Amino acid sequence: MKLEARILLLLGLFFGLMVAVYWPWSHETGGSIMIFAGMLLGFLPGSYYWWWSRRMAPRPEDRDDGSLEEGAGVIGSFPGSSIFPFTLGMGAFCSVLAMVFGIWMLIPGVGLIFWALTGATAESRRSGEH
Amino acid sequence: MTKVSSVDSTPQPPKGAKSRVRLSRRVRGFLALPVAALILSGCTVPSFGAYESNTETGRSTYHLWQGFSIAAAIIGGLTLLLILWAVVRYRRKSVDAIPKQTQYHLPLEWFYTIVPILIVFGLFAATVVVENKVTAEPKPAVTVDVQAVQWGWSFSYPGTNALITGQTTQAPMFEIPAGENVHFVLNSTDVVHGFYLRDFNFSRLAIPGIANQWTFNAINTGEFFGQCTELCGLYHSIMYFRVKVVTPSEFKAWVAKFNTPEGARAAEAAALASKQQLSSIIPTRPTTNHGVN
Amino acid sequence: MTDVLEHAAAEGHSHDEHGHDEHHGPSGLLKWLTTTDHKIIGMSYTITSVIMLVVGGAFAELIRIQLMSPNGTLVNYAQYNELFTMHGSVMIYLFAGPFAFGALANFVVPIQIGAPDMAFPRLNALSYWLYLSGSITMLLGFFTAGGAANFGWVGYAPLSNAANSPGAGADLWIGALLLTGFSAIFTGVNLVATIFYLRAPGMTLFRMPIFTWNLLVTGILILLAFPVLTAGLIMLFADRHFGTHIYEVAGGGVPVLWQNIFWFWGHPEVYILALPFFGMTTEIISVFSKKPVFGYKGMVFATLTIAALSLGVWAHHLFTTGTVLLPFFSIMSLLIAVPTGIKMFNWIGTMWQGEIWFSTAMLMALGFVITFLIGGLTGIYLASPPLDFFAHDTYFVVAHFHSVVMALVFAGLGGLYYWGPKMTGYLLDERIGKSQFWLTFIGAQLLTFPMYILGLKGMPRRMANYPHDPQWKFMNDLSSVGAFLIGIGTLLFVVNIVYSWKRYPAGDNPWDAGTLEWFTSSPPPHHNFYRLPQIRSERPTWDYNHPDKKALAHGHAAPEGNH
Repeated sequence: MKLEARILLLLGLFFGLMVAVYWPWSHETGGSIMIFAGMLLGFLPGSYYWWWSRRMAPRPEDRDDGSLEEGAGVIGSFPGSSIFPFTLGMGAFCSVLAMVFGIWMLIPGVGLIFWALTGATAESRRSGEH
Repeated sequence: MTKVSSVDSTPQPPKGAKSRVRLSRRVRGFLALPVAALILSGCTVPSFGAYESNTETGRSTYHLWQGFSIAAAIIGGLTLLLILWAVVRYRRKSVDAIPKQTQYHLPLEWFYTIVPILIVFGLFAATVVVENKVTAEPKPAVTVDVQAVQWGWSFSYPGTNALITGQTTQAPMFEIPAGENVHFVLNSTDVVHGFYLRDFNFSRLAIPGIANQWTFNAINTGEFFGQCTELCGLYHSIMYFRVKVVTPSEFKAWVAKFNTPEGARAAEAAALASKQQLSSIIPTRPTTNHGVN
Repeated sequence: MTDVLEHAAAEGHSHDEHGHDEHHGPSGLLKWLTTTDHKIIGMSYTITSVIMLVVGGAFAELIRIQLMSPNGTLVNYAQYNELFTMHGSVMIYLFAGPFAFGALANFVVPIQIGAPDMAFPRLNALSYWLYLSGSITMLLGFFTAGGAANFGWVGYAPLSNAANSPGAGADLWIGALLLTGFSAIFTGVNLVATIFYLRAPGMTLFRMPIFTWNLLVTGILILLAFPVLTAGLIMLFADRHFGTHIYEVAGGGVPVLWQNIFWFWGHPEVYILALPFFGMTTEIISVFSKKPVFGYKGMVFATLTIAALSLGVWAHHLFTTGTVLLPFFSIMSLLIAVPTGIKMFNWIGTMWQGEIWFSTAMLMALGFVITFLIGGLTGIYLASPPLDFFAHDTYFVVAHFHSVVMALVFAGLGGLYYWGPKMTGYLLDERIGKSQFWLTFIGAQLLTFPMYILGLKGMPRRMANYPHDPQWKFMNDLSSVGAFLIGIGTLLFVVNIVYSWKRYPAGDNPWDAGTLEWFTSSPPPHHNFYRLPQIRSERPTWDYNHPDKKALAHGHAAPEGNH
C-alpha cells in the first residue's frame, strides 16, 4: 500500500511543481487550474492510501515473501450476472439521444436509469447476505 | 567500369579471394555514396525537403530544420541499425535454446538516459534562439491588417486607403515591400482560420477575438501562394490568397494608387465581387452546389 | 446468482471442495447482456473496436481515393469534411482508446496479477454498454438530415457552435463523446482499483508485468484527462443549445479556451492510447526473445515520467495561436522524448543476445518499434515552436501522427496474435499473419513517407482537392497505394480469423511465455485460475517452467549458475 501511495503522491508533487513554475511564468488561468486539479487528483487518493498504509500491516501482495496460502479465501462477493449494467447503459443511451431527437426520450432514459439504480442496489444487498 | 575489366584481365584468383574483392568493392561503393552526395551538393547541408524560405526569420527556421534533421538522421539511423543488427544477429538458432537472462545493465541504462537529456537541451537551446528571432517585433515599416472570414481574406493597410478583398479561388493578392519589416495583425470574424505561406515557412492561426501578430522581412520579390490551413467549414479546401513581394518604391506607388478615384473604384468593385454568391465564382468545382449564404 | 471472488490458492492444493466448477448462469444472448465476466467483456470490447477499426479504415480508403486526383470527384466538400471528421473520431474515440484500455487490457490485466475478475465487475459491464451505445450514437450522425459531424475530430469552437454546425450530427458527436468518455472514466477507476487491491499474494507492484504497469498508469491518466474533456463538451453543448457564451466572442467568451481544454485532454489521451500498446510490445518482445524485459525498473520509471510530463504539454498544439508560453511547452514536449527513448533502447536491449522467434506477433512488435521510431523522431520537430510554425496543420503533422498510430495498430495486431490464443484457445495462421504483416508494414511506410514530403511542400491537411498544385498528385497516389495495401492487410486479418477458426488448438502456453495468464488454461476458466504458481518475479510462469533460468540480479551480467 505504501508504494501505491507514493506513486500518487509523487505524481501530485510533480504537478504541484509544474503549476508552481507555470502559473507565475504564464499567468494563464485555464491551464493552471487544470494542472492544479491534476495535483489534487494525485494528492487526495495518495494521502488517503498513505494514511491507511501507516495503520495496517503490509498485505501479502505488498510483501516480497507473500505466499499464496495467505491470500486464500473470500475477497468479495458480487452478482455473477446482472442485467442492470445493460439497463443503466441503455438508459444513458436514451438520455443522450434525448439531446438530439427530442426530450421525450428522457422518459425511457430516466426510467431505465431509475430501474437500474434501484435494482442494482437491491441486488448488492442480496449478495451481501451471502 | 575500367577497373572491372582490369580485374578480369588479371589471372583468376582463388574463389574465396575473388568474393572478398567483390565484397570490399561493394563496401567501398556503399561508403562512397553519401560522401559523393555531400560533394555533389557542394558541401552544403541538404534541405531535407524543406523550402529555404523567403524571409530572414524563415531562413533561421530553415537552418533549425536542418539541424534537427541532422540530429534525427544520426539518432534515428543509429537506433535503426541497432534494431536491424539485433534482428539479424539474434535470430533463434534452435527451438529450445535459452539465452542468458540478462535484465539490467545500469551504466548502459544511465548512458541512454543522460545522453538524450543532453541532446534535448541542445535542441531546446537552438529552438529558443530561433524562436526569439521569429517572434521578435522590430520596428515595422508597413503594417498589414489581415481579416479572415468564411471563406476569404481581406488585407488592409492602416493609415492608407489600400484594401484587398476576395474569397476562395479569387485568391486575393496583397503586396508587401521586400527588405522591409512588415508587421501583421491577424484576426478572424467568424471561426478559426490558418494563415499559411509555405514559401515563408510560416503559419499562424486567425482566432476570433485575438489579434495574432508577428513581423517578418521578405527577401526576394515575386508572387507567392498561401492558403487557409485550419479547418473552417465547407470551402476550407479552396480558401486561397496570394502575396506579391515588390520593391519598396513599387510598393509606395501601389499604395498611392488607391488614393486616386480609379483606384478607389477598383477596390470597391473587388470588394463587391468578393460578396457575390460563392457558387458563381467556383463553377469548375467537381461538387454539387451547396447553396452557400 | 451470487459470485464469490476468491484467490486461487497455491498450486498443489486442491480446491474442488470450494466449488470451482464451471459457472452456471444464463446462456446465449441473455448471457452476453448480463455478463459481468471481465473476459467476455474484454472479448466484446475487442470485437467492437476491431469493427470500428474497419469502419474508420473504410473512411480512410474513401479519403485516399478522393485525393488520388487534384480534382477528386468521389465526394463533395461537405461529404469530405464529414469523412475525415468521422475517420478521425472513429479511429481515436471508438477504436484506439477502447482497444487500448478496454479490450486486451480488460481480458489480460486481472489474469496477469492473479485476480479472479476486475474490482467492480458490474461497472466494467456498464463501461462496455456505454462504449457500444456511444459508438452507435456517433455513427447515427450519417443518418440525420444534416449528415455526420463535419468540424474535424478536434471540434474547434467556434466552428462547432450552433451557428456554424447546426446539424444533429454535431450533437450526436458530443453525445457519443459523453458516453464513451464516461465509459473510459469507469474503466480507469476499475483498472486502478483492480491493480491496487486484487493482486495475488507476492505480486508486489514491482513484480507486475510491464503491460499491467502501463495500464495502471493509463488508468491514472484517464482519471486526470477525461473529466476535462467531458466538462468541455458539456460547456460546448450549453453554448449550442442553452445560450451560454463560453466559447463565443460575442458574449465575452474565449474561443481558444476550447483548444486548451480539448488538448489538455487530447495530449494525455495520446499517451492513454500509446501506453497500453507500449506494454503489449514490451511483453511480446520479451517473450519472443526468451529474455526478461531489459531495464524493467527503467521501463516503469519511463512510463511514470511520460504520465507526469503529459499533463504539461497540451499547448504544443496551440503554438500558432500566439497565446501560449512557447518555451515552457517546448521543453516539456521535448523532454518526453527522453523516457520514450529509454523505452526504445530497452526494447532493443531485450532483443540483444536473445533467441528471437519471428512469429507474427514478434514481427508486428518489430513493425511497431520501427514505425514508432519514425513517428517519434518527427514528433521532436513539432515540439519546437519555429518548426511547428511551418509544419502546423500541414500533411507533415498528419504523417507524424499516422506513423505513431500505425505503430500502435501494429502493436495491437501483435497483441491479438499473441493473446488471441489465450482468449479463444486457438492460434491464428502464421503464414496469413506474416503476409498481413508485410502488406501492412510496407503499406504504412508508403502511406506516411509521401505525406511527410507533401507537408514540407506545403499541402495543408483536410483538403478535399488541390487544383492549384497538380504536381502533388504523384505523392498522393503513392500514399493512397499505401492505404490500399493496409486495407488488403486488414482484409487478410479477417480471412485469417475465418480460416483459423478452431483449426490450431493453442494449449495453455504456446509461446513459452512468462506471465501469469499463460499458467491457466486457454481460454481461462470462470474466475481465471484453479491454481497459481509461487510469485517471486514478474515472470512467475517462466520461473515455474524454467526454475534454473531465472532473471539475473540487478546490475549484474554475472554468468554463474546460468548455464
